[in-house]
Amino acid sequence: MVKIKFIEHSGQEHDVETNPGASVMIAAVSNGLPGIDADCGGACSCATCHVYVDQEWLEKTGEINPTEEAMLSLSTDRKDNSRLSCQIQLTEDLDGLVVTMPEFQF
Amino acid sequence: MTDASGDQSKWSMVGQDPWTMPIDKIDLSHPGIWQANEFLPFMERLRLEDPVHYCAESAVGPYWSITKYKDIMQVDTSPEIFSSEPTIGIVDTYDEYTLPSFISMDPPKHDEQRRIAQPVVAPANLKRLEHLIRQRVCNILDELPLETEFDWVKEVSIELTTQMLATLFDFPFESRHKLTFWSDAATAIPGAGVVSSNEERWAAMEECLQVFTGLWNERVNAEPGNDLVSMLAHGKATQNMPPLEYLGNIILLIVGGNDTTRNSISGGVLALNETPREYDKLRADHSIIPNMVSEIIRWQTPLAYMRRTALVDTKLGGKQIKAGDKVVMWYASGNRDSEVIDRADEFLIDRDKARQHLSFGFGLHRCMGNRLAEMQLRILWEEIMQRFDSVEVVGQPKRVYSSFVKGYTHLPVKLHGLN
Repeated sequence: MVKIKFIEHSGQEHDVETNPGASVMIAAVSNGLPGIDADCGGACSCATCHVYVDQEWLEKTGEINPTEEAMLSLSTDRKDNSRLSCQIQLTEDLDGLVVTMPEFQF
Repeated sequence: MTDASGDQSKWSMVGQDPWTMPIDKIDLSHPGIWQANEFLPFMERLRLEDPVHYCAESAVGPYWSITKYKDIMQVDTSPEIFSSEPTIGIVDTYDEYTLPSFISMDPPKHDEQRRIAQPVVAPANLKRLEHLIRQRVCNILDELPLETEFDWVKEVSIELTTQMLATLFDFPFESRHKLTFWSDAATAIPGAGVVSSNEERWAAMEECLQVFTGLWNERVNAEPGNDLVSMLAHGKATQNMPPLEYLGNIILLIVGGNDTTRNSISGGVLALNETPREYDKLRADHSIIPNMVSEIIRWQTPLAYMRRTALVDTKLGGKQIKAGDKVVMWYASGNRDSEVIDRADEFLIDRDKARQHLSFGFGLHRCMGNRLAEMQLRILWEEIMQRFDSVEVVGQPKRVYSSFVKGYTHLPVKLHGLN
């Protein structure tokens, strides 16, 4: 099992335990967490599963792929630690991952 | 206002049997079956028998019809193969009538321009607009007569979206009807009731450019504001744009926010009337409204398609598409694909994954106004449910003569108050 801490923009925290293999987005959505919309269902084509990855975890989440970069580059709220959570695959390495959701998904 | 008569044209499919006609003759592009509300079985046949379908002859030349959700997603998310240039309409444009705007551009130019325009409709800005939108909604609804037949399209759908556009552009409120006219003129088929010729359309576009150039000149030297004109005038990537490009982006934003929202407003009323048990669900629990809004947008699919042009030879669904071929993504069909959408042929306001529809597209060109559209519809239905037990459709709707704009020109209704 892999533990993830999701922090809403308001500061409200949600701790989730999930099996490795799914994406961070799936972990959020399947646990009914607010703050991640995932309109396209994980196809890297809507940018509404946007998260900010805690700096200490950022490198472990891996490289941003070109499709993800193209979508993120259009985001109005993009920061250095932005990722699309549907593109972060969970492994044991990411046990304890901390992400924050932006105020809006757009 | 005359409706162009679809069944006079040799290209019209009105009256053809969708299941027995030769499949290679199926031509979704002709407006006839859209106005007659007969398009569904033709799309269904293509999904089942020929999902990547070549139409060799049509009034708009040869083109491919893509009708399944997954294939549409594939095309929509592959801009390096399927270009949005020179146009996303099915009619090939001619230079003198071409309006450049970022909907019909590829990266990198697309990205530069979209980044500038996007903030005006980002949720942070929408939050500020919400109370004003609600005010406008309440003013309109409070003026409507009870127990008296009127045209919902004219009194609500058009009026509300027009007021919204005027707000977004900070356009002179008393001239707001011009926004609707310019938008309708930009996409209308000449002879279908808005403009009678391409020349007339161009005259309308020139007037639009003149007026918006005036607004630009006012605002470029003023402090940057929250309206779209100001954003374009002050944005680094857009402040030097040629007049035709400015006009193109203005038209894009007017059109994008005009008949789409209008037809979703009308479409929601019609859908609830056609499926009364869904209207009962809504009455029983107003908290379903946000979900319902997404379902309405799926059900209506206000823009039936978007067109791309293949940049290279490519394979899709086992078919060989050649560089230069016209490829049409039929969102209206993908939204009924039961392979991806559960019970796709049912209007279900509480369905799961309600936002996973194609009406806004996906990928780089995904509709920038999607959250604004959803917000308008949400506020509208919140206020409707505070006032009326039923918006009852009391006559036949009339549909737009177009295979692109999927909507209504008339929707006769009667309002019944709460008990």
